[in-house]
Amino acid sequence: MNVESSASAAVIEAVNISKSFGPVPVLFSVSMDVHPGEVHALIGENGAGKSTLMKILSGFHDPTSGQIRLDGEQTTLPANGGAEKLGIVLIHQELNLAEQMTVEENVFLGRELKSKGLLDKAAMRASVQKYLDEIGLDISPDDRISDLTIAQKQMVEIVKAVSRNARILIMDEPTAVLTEEETEVFFRQVRKLKDSGVGIVFVSHKLNEVKAIADRVTILRDGQWIDTRLSDDLTPDMMAQMMVGRELSDLYPPMHEADVDAELVLEVENLSAPGIDTVSFNLRRGEILGFSGLIGSGRTAVFEAICGLAPIEGGTIKLFGRETGSMTVAEARDLGLAYLTKDRKEKGLLLGKKMRPNLTLLALPKFVKNFSLDSKAEEAALDRAIRRFDVRARDRDITVGKLSGGNQQKLLLAKIMECDPKIVIIDEPTRGIDVGTKQQIYHFIAALAAEGVSVVVISSEMPEIIGICHRVIVMREGHITGVLTGDHINENEIMRYAAGLKREELH
Amino acid sequence: MMTASDDTAAKTAKRPSIDFKTIGPALALLLLCIIGYLLNPSFVSEGNLTNLLTRSAFIGIIAVGATFVITAGGIDLSVGSMAAAISGVMIIVMNGAVETMGTGLPTVLLGCGMALVLGIGAGFINGALTTKGKIEAFIVTLGTMGIYRSLVTYFADGGTLSLNYDIRGTYRPVYYDSFLGLPYPVWVFIAVAICGWLLLNRTAFGRYCTAIGSNEAVARYSAINVDRVKTLTYVIQGLCVAFATIIYVPRLGSASASTGVLWELEAIAAVIIGGTVLKGGYGRIGGTILGALILTTIGNILNFTDVISNYLNGTMQGLIIIVAVFLQRSDWKLGKSK
Repeated sequence: MNVESSASAAVIEAVNISKSFGPVPVLFSVSMDVHPGEVHALIGENGAGKSTLMKILSGFHDPTSGQIRLDGEQTTLPANGGAEKLGIVLIHQELNLAEQMTVEENVFLGRELKSKGLLDKAAMRASVQKYLDEIGLDISPDDRISDLTIAQKQMVEIVKAVSRNARILIMDEPTAVLTEEETEVFFRQVRKLKDSGVGIVFVSHKLNEVKAIADRVTILRDGQWIDTRLSDDLTPDMMAQMMVGRELSDLYPPMHEADVDAELVLEVENLSAPGIDTVSFNLRRGEILGFSGLIGSGRTAVFEAICGLAPIEGGTIKLFGRETGSMTVAEARDLGLAYLTKDRKEKGLLLGKKMRPNLTLLALPKFVKNFSLDSKAEEAALDRAIRRFDVRARDRDITVGKLSGGNQQKLLLAKIMECDPKIVIIDEPTRGIDVGTKQQIYHFIAALAAEGVSVVVISSEMPEIIGICHRVIVMREGHITGVLTGDHINENEIMRYAAGLKREELH
Repeated sequence: MMTASDDTAAKTAKRPSIDFKTIGPALALLLLCIIGYLLNPSFVSEGNLTNLLTRSAFIGIIAVGATFVITAGGIDLSVGSMAAAISGVMIIVMNGAVETMGTGLPTVLLGCGMALVLGIGAGFINGALTTKGKIEAFIVTLGTMGIYRSLVTYFADGGTLSLNYDIRGTYRPVYYDSFLGLPYPVWVFIAVAICGWLLLNRTAFGRYCTAIGSNEAVARYSAINVDRVKTLTYVIQGLCVAFATIIYVPRLGSASASTGVLWELEAIAAVIIGGTVLKGGYGRIGGTILGALILTTIGNILNFTDVISNYLNGTMQGLIIIVAVFLQRSDWKLGKSK
């Protein structure tokens, strides 16, 4: 059943692994092996069991049944990161670095070099510098982690793993938060590691990347092993289909023509705020307006300012023809304006709470009856939201942190919609979620627009901007550099505006 | 206590909805009462039980306020000093009003009104400094704790402020008299507890406190006026301190530098024993009430028995706090969670 990709024996093998959490099975007899010097991609929808399998491979979970073989011998991996000593390192999606410590201190954390009982700073710094040079990372061992970009932190994690003589490196969506350029740099490092004989397990939802970097691909669906194939034998479309188990030809909904004469619901003129300068644009009723540009180009800053999450330094905002000035978030909500953050774990949801309080938090005043919360109405709202947004939870009382990313995103969407907004701003609507959920979210956005709600989609994924938006605004360094409509909405045009190669005089 | 918890763990294996966190403090209190009864049957006499409840009232009322502050992710170290300062000012104001208003009810009401105004004001100062001033709550209230403490010493000129003897007669029943068999302080305690419970569990404000304590960024993005809610928690704390002071002053009729010493720690301990999470995001008023009762009961039992010296009261309280928090660790019975 497996495609043997190389003659070398597997470093680590998972054989017929099953795993249940309490009565709930999440993996059914899954097998996977990793050879030295290969990149093995693990793909599947959210909730397919990828995270669980990774955690079993790195010893953070015990399998309920099945075997783990290390260098051909059956073994039980030590728990809680003890497997690092065996050369198996898991890099979590939420990076595991001490933010207030330096690069050098982090790399040597827990196994500091000592001489005469004191820390041998010089030796550690030199060693870290050597690794940084090798990997081509332009930071100093003395830099504080909190001063680094996410991509650099990612690299530090890799340096940390390499310095521990990792033989198997397991990475959970390492590119989810990287820009395209950063991803390129990152892949170069991955290839170097690969050439030095490290086996890499790589989880990603970006199938083009999988195609580009992986040697072999294992596909999981609903906890079942679907296939393991050479990446050369697969196309991104085939991968998507195998993940979802159905045709995905209609990933993007049919586009309804926008009514160019519809009333203006939002008029922004010469808006200045932290990170943005004299930004002007309009939004019409029922329109889906895309905001494209590189990360940090000011897309999010525009809408944080408009929605009262950041101070406004100048300019005017007209909502439904009325000038508003600067608003609080609550005032924006009451006027029908809602912003869905791209950072669902830090700014969107209370991960330690259940679904109900999360769902109703933004629209809570609506649920107050006689000065107290109407828990029946809240329950009814949750019922509706679960149905409308197809939120799939093992049980209703699960804490939100335990939901898969896709279900969290659906719940967040439900939370925003609970206050019946007329204008919805969705920042990175599909970050870190699977193809099936993406499709649902695109269709939902299209349906909203058809009902007359205006939607702003901020996204770094060009295909989705192109696939669902009526009009696209491109930003660069805090300015709007271009507005695209119709046939001009294509990757080439967007990229030229985003990279500053082209600029159009506005208004 | 271990066996009791093991039993629950076995039962909850299938139904995780019965939470040891919720019933733990109640079991602990029950156990303490049984121990108290075994050591000395008069522990359960009506006189002792009323005494116990009355003594719990001060810490209990303050701890209800502290539950809000802690749930919203803050901390207030100034409550003991605040109580002392409010007592001092109350006594000065009432004594000063004797000439014009006499020693009757109006003077006492003036004092009580003063206490409420001061409590709300002091709470507002703590809240405004933490939210608008953007200073850590720990630092702010450490500062105001020192300020209030030294103010009462200054007012008393290093000694004791005593309430006018005649006013004391008017005011005395507030601490010593009963209604339906329960002393007034207990009624105040009950009223504060019920209001606190409703506010935290049944209103949007309570939900906002929990949300802010869980994750302030999420709260801000969810249209919650974070600064206002946080400030209000300190105002509620101040108000609770004022209520506690109002029933405390008639007990001794005096205030000095040693009034309310370490109340802040007892209040925080009661909150934590009750299952509220110190870093915020999860609060339980019912637990807090039990926590306050547990702390008072320990002292009371030690008074009743010779087995352990009364001087070890602090040791016993300390042990209970540590054991309580240990038992509340959600992962101790599951081994590893994530």
